[in-house]
Amino acid sequence: MYTPEMQESVKRVEAARADNLKLEPRRMTAEEKDSLLKAFHPDYRQDGFVEIKIGPNAGQKVPTELGHLLHSNSRLLQDPVDLGKIDYDVDVLVIGGGGAGASAAIEANEAGADVMIVTKLRIGDANTMMAEGGIQAADKENDSPAQHYLDAFGGGHFAARPELLRRLVMEAPDAIQWLNRLGVMFDKEADGTMITTHGGGTSRKRMHACKDYSGAEIMRTLRDEVLNRKIPVVEFTSAVELIKDENGRVAGAVLLNMETGDYLVARAKTVIIATGGAGRLHYQNFPTSNHYGATADGLILGYRAGVPLLYQDTIQYHPTGAAFPSQIFGALVTEKVRSLGAMLVNADGEVFMHPLETRDVCAASIIRECTAREKGVQTPIGTGVWLDTPMIEQLGGAGTIEKRIPAMLRMFMNYDIDMRKEPILVYPTLHYQNGGLEINGEGFTKTIDNLLVAGEAVGGIHGRNRLMGNSLLDIIVFGRNAGKAAAAKAKEVQLGTLTLSHIEAYAEELKKAGENTEDVSPLLLPNYARHER
Amino acid sequence: MEKMVDVYFFGKKYQVPESLTIMSAMEYAGYTLKRGCGCRHGFCGACATIYRIKGKNELKTCLACQTQVEDGMYVASIPFFPTDKRTYEIGELRPNQQVMMELYPEIYSCIGCNACTKACTQNLNVMQYIAYAQRGELEKCAEESFDCIGCGCCSLRCPAGISHPMVGVLARRLTGKYLAPEAKHLNQRVEEIHAGAYDELIEQIMQKPIEEMQELYNHREIEK
Repeated sequence: MYTPEMQESVKRVEAARADNLKLEPRRMTAEEKDSLLKAFHPDYRQDGFVEIKIGPNAGQKVPTELGHLLHSNSRLLQDPVDLGKIDYDVDVLVIGGGGAGASAAIEANEAGADVMIVTKLRIGDANTMMAEGGIQAADKENDSPAQHYLDAFGGGHFAARPELLRRLVMEAPDAIQWLNRLGVMFDKEADGTMITTHGGGTSRKRMHACKDYSGAEIMRTLRDEVLNRKIPVVEFTSAVELIKDENGRVAGAVLLNMETGDYLVARAKTVIIATGGAGRLHYQNFPTSNHYGATADGLILGYRAGVPLLYQDTIQYHPTGAAFPSQIFGALVTEKVRSLGAMLVNADGEVFMHPLETRDVCAASIIRECTAREKGVQTPIGTGVWLDTPMIEQLGGAGTIEKRIPAMLRMFMNYDIDMRKEPILVYPTLHYQNGGLEINGEGFTKTIDNLLVAGEAVGGIHGRNRLMGNSLLDIIVFGRNAGKAAAAKAKEVQLGTLTLSHIEAYAEELKKAGENTEDVSPLLLPNYARHER
Repeated sequence: MEKMVDVYFFGKKYQVPESLTIMSAMEYAGYTLKRGCGCRHGFCGACATIYRIKGKNELKTCLACQTQVEDGMYVASIPFFPTDKRTYEIGELRPNQQVMMELYPEIYSCIGCNACTKACTQNLNVMQYIAYAQRGELEKCAEESFDCIGCGCCSLRCPAGISHPMVGVLARRLTGKYLAPEAKHLNQRVEEIHAGAYDELIEQIMQKPIEEMQELYNHREIEK
């Protein structure tokens, strides 16, 4: 399957493997990491960003593609909707059917609220489903929530909001227990001890997993629970705008039936934005590990309603996206491959870094290897470095790969690459939106009443870089909290008259700033269809 | 110029580059996908697809995102499959054979044709995990079905009308909740946190100035 040139490089990797296995590569110093990031991380490429012209974050920078959507108008300006006709009337409206949305809906239902999920694809079509490696929680004897806090705070460049990070680490064991009691099958020893490994930047082995289907196992369990509870799930229906009442509080959302093109009005006492990430905006032309619907819709809705963004300029490029073959270009190769012992090796078979540095450092280091150092492996579609997977079988014994990372084995086997016997080629892929809408500790936005945010759409939990296994954790912790808080708040909300006046005000501001993209947002789906004319 | 192949989407012919997956070939042909497209990386089961190669009689099942096009491929994606999920309160079930009999009695109508296994896009031994479910061997059923992504191709081909992925979900939840050994260290840590054992530690670390945090972080001991 590999080209002759790649096969030559594989021979060099094989020749060096025995010596490489004996290495314990040095970790980089803080100064080394700093200068590496500034020189090679895509967040530092000025041409990938524009300045936000209006709204609470005016003057700050944002990825160009997200900026374009923020500077576009609502589709409802051209397509007015009669807010007098209410199609759905609920206590809690959850926008998004991923892990955060499902957790929120379950807890809101548990609290007795009338809750509904609306999602533009199906429930479970979300980045949660694709999270492979695991979920962190400090539940071992040598570990503590404070140690977890230190790892995440440092890994995120000391920028996380302390109140949010405190909740993340303190409520982590509870989140694992909740999932376990719902029936999630975590990897365990015969005596029940959780099998835990390292992730990049962790100082204790606290990565819990369900083979390399961790997110899938969590998501399908949550979905099953949502359906058992008979929580209404309106699929193939997107939220295209938040609705407010005359007092400026959020009061629902305008929905769009993705198949018929009809608009619907959902009135709700509280609304939870759980719309996930933005990988499908392909910042700086990167491929992405994200699902089809990851187009930052919730960020657009929230910002237009007046909610500030936080760290919108920091993006996570997962160091190991598949770089070959073309059919799986950009697909996630879980960090667990490195947790299990595979090292990153350049075209000459040299180990060029410790494989478990944090993701931003690791991605920048791979980019440096393939650019400035010219030690990348050339393929017909680009470049990459080797992830020397046969090391896993040598370290853990034959059969380790099939048992611990079956999804990875299957994905490459589809293209006749047997990762037990030969290395796989990787390059960074657009993976996660570190930033998002700003919330307080309870999950509410600080500026708009009755509006909550949970999951990847939130900014500030992780600071400027997220550790592996803290995202599956945050969707559960903050999803559950949002569901509980939204249900409680809904009991005291009296809604007034529905209005969309904020989208007109936003249009006016855009006009004043001289911005007119002539496109509408949110994007809803990426433009992948090729048209000859 | 890349080699092109003829494929037929819903019977209509298009010329597409041979390196593409079925999913990207549909987009190359001009389709904007709404149904039949989810994670695009083989984890969600949204893109269950059936196809037949012109001149051959075998009907095949696959995931559109994980399968490369072939010349003469007649393709139809499956926008939705009416899987029959039963609802239950997981806390009120017990992990035994009776549960399967009550919730999914149709599994006992399996005629052993193995069409489910042949249709599985993940190459799972589907008929085997249904057999485990019939016998109440829930842990084995859970393990054998673990890599199921719920695309529904098995159910599509089943003459007995079994909703295999739903049987697997039930077996896994019962296994995870009741049969797998308890993680005592987890339960203990949850209790400690609820009792306030870490409140002071976490408050202390939250109050530290950034310089001190940097010092702590850069010199923290990393477990081998």
